[in-house]
Amino acid sequence: MKIEANILVGLAVFFAVVSLGYWFWSYEPAGTAMLAGTVLFGLLPGAYYFWWAKRMKPRTEDRPDATLKEGAGVVGSFPGSSIWPFVLGMGLFLVVLSLVFGTWLLVVGGVITLYATIGVTAESRRGGTV
Amino acid sequence: MTLIAERPETIHEHPEHHEGPTGILKWLTSTDHKIIGLNYMITAIVMFYVSGSMAILIRIQLASPQSSLLSLQQYNELFTMHGSLMLYLFAGPFAFGGLANYIIPLQVGAPDMAFPRLNALSYWLYLTGCATMLMGFLTAGGAAAFGWVAYAPLSSAIHSPGAGPDLFILAILLTGFSAIFTAVNLITTIFYLRAPGLTMFRMPIFTWNMLVTAMLILIAFPVLASAMVMLFADRKFGAHIFSVTGGGVPVLYQHLFWFFGHPEVYILALPYFGVVTEILPVFSRKPLFGYKGMVFATMAIAALSTGVWGHHMFTTGVVLLPFFSLLSYLIAVPTGIKFFNWIGTMWRGQIKFDTPMLFSIGFLLGFLMGGLSGVMLASPPIDFATHDTYFVVAHFHQVLFATTVFAGFGALYYWYPKMYGRMLREGLGKLHFWLMFVGFWLTYVPMYILGLKGMPRRVATYPSGLGWHTLNQVSTAGSYLIAISFAVLLWNLWVSWRKPVPAGNDPWDGHTLEWFTSSPPPHHNFERLPPIRSERPVWDYNHPEAPALVHSRSGRGTDTSPAGTNVGPAAGKAGTIMQASEANRLEDASPKGREGYDR
Repeated sequence: MKIEANILVGLAVFFAVVSLGYWFWSYEPAGTAMLAGTVLFGLLPGAYYFWWAKRMKPRTEDRPDATLKEGAGVVGSFPGSSIWPFVLGMGLFLVVLSLVFGTWLLVVGGVITLYATIGVTAESRRGGTV
Repeated sequence: MTLIAERPETIHEHPEHHEGPTGILKWLTSTDHKIIGLNYMITAIVMFYVSGSMAILIRIQLASPQSSLLSLQQYNELFTMHGSLMLYLFAGPFAFGGLANYIIPLQVGAPDMAFPRLNALSYWLYLTGCATMLMGFLTAGGAAAFGWVAYAPLSSAIHSPGAGPDLFILAILLTGFSAIFTAVNLITTIFYLRAPGLTMFRMPIFTWNMLVTAMLILIAFPVLASAMVMLFADRKFGAHIFSVTGGGVPVLYQHLFWFFGHPEVYILALPYFGVVTEILPVFSRKPLFGYKGMVFATMAIAALSTGVWGHHMFTTGVVLLPFFSLLSYLIAVPTGIKFFNWIGTMWRGQIKFDTPMLFSIGFLLGFLMGGLSGVMLASPPIDFATHDTYFVVAHFHQVLFATTVFAGFGALYYWYPKMYGRMLREGLGKLHFWLMFVGFWLTYVPMYILGLKGMPRRVATYPSGLGWHTLNQVSTAGSYLIAISFAVLLWNLWVSWRKPVPAGNDPWDGHTLEWFTSSPPPHHNFERLPPIRSERPVWDYNHPEAPALVHSRSGRGTDTSPAGTNVGPAAGKAGTIMQASEANRLEDASPKGREGYDR
């Protein structure tokens, strides 16, 4: 966890330096804004990881001497298969196309997207279908 | 059905078989990273062939002066779609949607990606993005014709009317979000689903590079998405963000686009650097030279690449030349470290020139020339002289062809046995390589000269008498060779499909975890894992007789676990065992033997 935190925080520090250098050299707002946004991209998750790295015992994947025995057991639950990503993808496709081909597609696409959103959420709670 | 993935401690006597839908329903509903990864790769390769055909049409048009094969509008559509398909729909998705999706969970010993359903959604958004992009050809006004960069104000509703440009923008939004979702998935998988003992500094370099690439995606793609939303608002909703008449700033579009666009080049390059870094040690029968140097070079390249967008805008006159020039030059340093380490890996190795190795060496040569001409272009005076000429075209085609095609198809030859459990034919693979290698140099070296003679890019015709004719003909001949080489690839795939040669689990005597499982891997990937005590656990397992490698001199020697001992059978293939003298040279100063692996 510590290395992961260091990578993200290091990214934030690097871009903080670059942002400051860029701003005081060029006074160009667009690039500075984007660079400053990149600082936040490193800082927010980095600070979260840093917080936990201080408080957690190293996980088995953080310890070079961990054995497979220590890591045995449940890794997590993974859906076997699911139709909802496909339905959601097609719904979003129609929503996007409605911007070019007319609002009537938005109705169809919107309904499918909403239906799929409910489906994918309910599936997470029920434990999967199909 | 939700499956609980367990990380087994020993071999399952009766591995749990995954019952699920079959046929077309399996394809539509699968959340298995391997099936999604293959979907991605097949779609990307189809896009590559479509886009490559467009390139051939462009080259036929340019083979003679005053050519009238294509109309000006058709020519503009073709080079726009050629670039867009190659960059947005082939090179990136092939790497982070295809290769990474398939290989990363295997390399870190995970049962699947962290968010399998999000992974599936990424693929559907990518596929619909491809469809949306190609749909432009079916509209009345034709496809987008403003170059893959879609500069404002050329891409405005006045200069590019019609539905084609709208579809282009929406296709980039769809594939952009698919890339962002995949990046989140990759980072989470790498941070949270590694096998026990697989510390960050034991991860294969391909995994490292994909982690860094995924972070670059999260930096760059949201900026692209916002630029596209603004462009769309300008076109359809009467906004004036990029139009001068409405008080907007067109150059803002270039800032936004290139803040995405330059990291994008490294999003397309870093995964393929990772591929080459996987292939070279395996076929040189040596561990990677300078593992940590490689990791830090990757990070340095990625970090610097986010601060160099202005070098695409030198000629706009409104960017800070010294800042962008300095940072662009600095990128040459970590790239040089990578070259040094790649050569160091091959140095005095027992090199086997199998097809993946040939493709990797082709990458090294092509990328070296493309990279060096990039260093030249980082100098503003040279850039002023060559901006928007064929010199720049030659530079980025060499860079991107070397990475995405040489290394990308090297990866296909390297991992195809794992993905399908059968080999590709070596002879046909080598024929593919040599045709492509000769074609590559014939196509792009004349373009450098054409650029220096002043031929501008994105022109459909040119007058005779400027000395451009012969060079263009050579370039076109080279592109035919490349086209033939890709027909050979299709032939190779056909032969491997009709007359399969079984690959076995580990045809190359590989180093990393994906070679430990069966080919193709079972559902949830691993029925057992080897002990992980270095960055090449499978090689350690197969070669217990080899002396240990000590990478850091601190060698705390905390490894006392029984799992750290090597009990596996030696693979014992003829000619695959590293000579003792060779291994002894590799800094083995540790009397602790294999216990000294610890970093």
